[in-house]
Amino acid sequence: MSEEVTAEILQTHILDLAAEGRRLDGRGPDEYRKVSIEPGFVVTADGSALVRLGETMALAGIKLEVGKPFPDTPNAGVLTTNAELIPLSSPTFEPGPPQPGAIEVSRVVDRAIRAAETVDLTALCVTPAEKCWTCFVDVHILGHDGNLIDAALLASVAALSGATIPLKRFGVGEADRPLEIHHRPIECTFVRLGDTIVVDPTFDEEHAAQGRLTVATDEIGRVVAMQKGLVGAFSPDDIKSVVRRAFVHGDRLRAMIGRNGR
Amino acid sequence: MGSVGAKEVPVLLDAEGRRIDGRRLDELRPLTIRAGPLRQADGSAFVEWGQNKVMAAVYGPREVHPRHLQQSTKAVIQCRYNMAAFSVDERKRPGLDRRSQEISKVIAEAFESVVFAEEFPRTSIDVYIEVLQANAGTRCAGLVAGSVALADAGIPMVDLLPAVAVGKVGGAIALDLKKEEDNFGEADLPMALVPQSGRLVLLQMEGHMTEPELAQALELGVGGCRTIYEKMKAALRDRYSVAPVAAEAS
Repeated sequence: MSEEVTAEILQTHILDLAAEGRRLDGRGPDEYRKVSIEPGFVVTADGSALVRLGETMALAGIKLEVGKPFPDTPNAGVLTTNAELIPLSSPTFEPGPPQPGAIEVSRVVDRAIRAAETVDLTALCVTPAEKCWTCFVDVHILGHDGNLIDAALLASVAALSGATIPLKRFGVGEADRPLEIHHRPIECTFVRLGDTIVVDPTFDEEHAAQGRLTVATDEIGRVVAMQKGLVGAFSPDDIKSVVRRAFVHGDRLRAMIGRNGR
Repeated sequence: MGSVGAKEVPVLLDAEGRRIDGRRLDELRPLTIRAGPLRQADGSAFVEWGQNKVMAAVYGPREVHPRHLQQSTKAVIQCRYNMAAFSVDERKRPGLDRRSQEISKVIAEAFESVVFAEEFPRTSIDVYIEVLQANAGTRCAGLVAGSVALADAGIPMVDLLPAVAVGKVGGAIALDLKKEEDNFGEADLPMALVPQSGRLVLLQMEGHMTEPELAQALELGVGGCRTIYEKMKAALRDRYSVAPVAAEAS
């Protein structure tokens, strides 16, 4: 039961449609699903956001704690990202230690946040080599209908964008202050269905896919992280065209955080 | 009960018998229940109760994992109660701690007391409860969400399982404790009721109560459960009622 199953006949149908530039849910190859961002969903978190991509649902929560800097970065705070693919979100997820799929989501999201310098870690240093803020980004996947990476990063960046540093709770200061955000990376994932490369795959499309490619971009035109996943291959020309499309979708999604965030 | 080492104990009950959030002793926090918010699950429910936010999903009857738990005469009911890292003030390490495992066990046993498990031998009915935001009473909110999710999944049951915690705050017995009352109060008594039989299938208690106080607490809790029961039924009716055709136009 743990294997993720999409009926072969459905996979063939998805591929047949893709050859004509069509998709099961009526979208075009470059059409993203309807996205909604609900910031501040969880009051116990220092920042949070619930993101829906169609039926995919990711809830990110930020927690900041006072900790100790790593010895090799005495002037910087610490940031960790963790994604939980809880069994509630899909019939194919099971309780137990994190599966490789969950670890991949966490790591790809973490890489984008880190590489884009989303949070200025030096601003999280309180006393060099002694005291710093540790920023936890925890993502709970509540609904799995494909493209978890995009949903998880979008939720994380939206949550970070509205986060506050709880100075009061930890007795480090009188008043809380907003967490400073430098860049807003957005990940955009594509899958190959035959000769067609479609954006924002659903669960079934991911199972019919012959390769997945994720590109993270930021608002100043940098590509900050990439991940090729699943079995399949992309040519350099495929990759270049996917990157171009990732910038267009990235800019549009980033603007939604701007509107919805603080 | 977590009052050891606490600096300031807030006034839990004022002279007029009003609680920290202005409620009367027998008053529930605002409760909203939505049945069926998750498409992937066989049944689901989302509960907002005071400042608690709890999502539940049900999968099954389906194959049993791990296999050795399979029973030849009935379904096994498995429950996983889990708290999100950001659901509490101090970040909780992700994963099931001992508290979550104990709660998962007693909730599973409560559900097993009402589900017609013998109708589905060699299968598993899995109830997943995720606490997204916690403010005392999460196991009761989880029971309410899980129970509505079971009904949404079409699992045959004796009855729905409303649940609530009763406690003792400022020396008085009070319904549905919120966080400050739970932390600084004198007792906490969560319970789940089978409304048809009037019996309790989940009961835990921590703190101190006299015998008369306990009797009063049970009465208050059962009354609270009956109110919650109506809201659970209403949530299921909302989900499955067919809107008149004319209303579709708007």
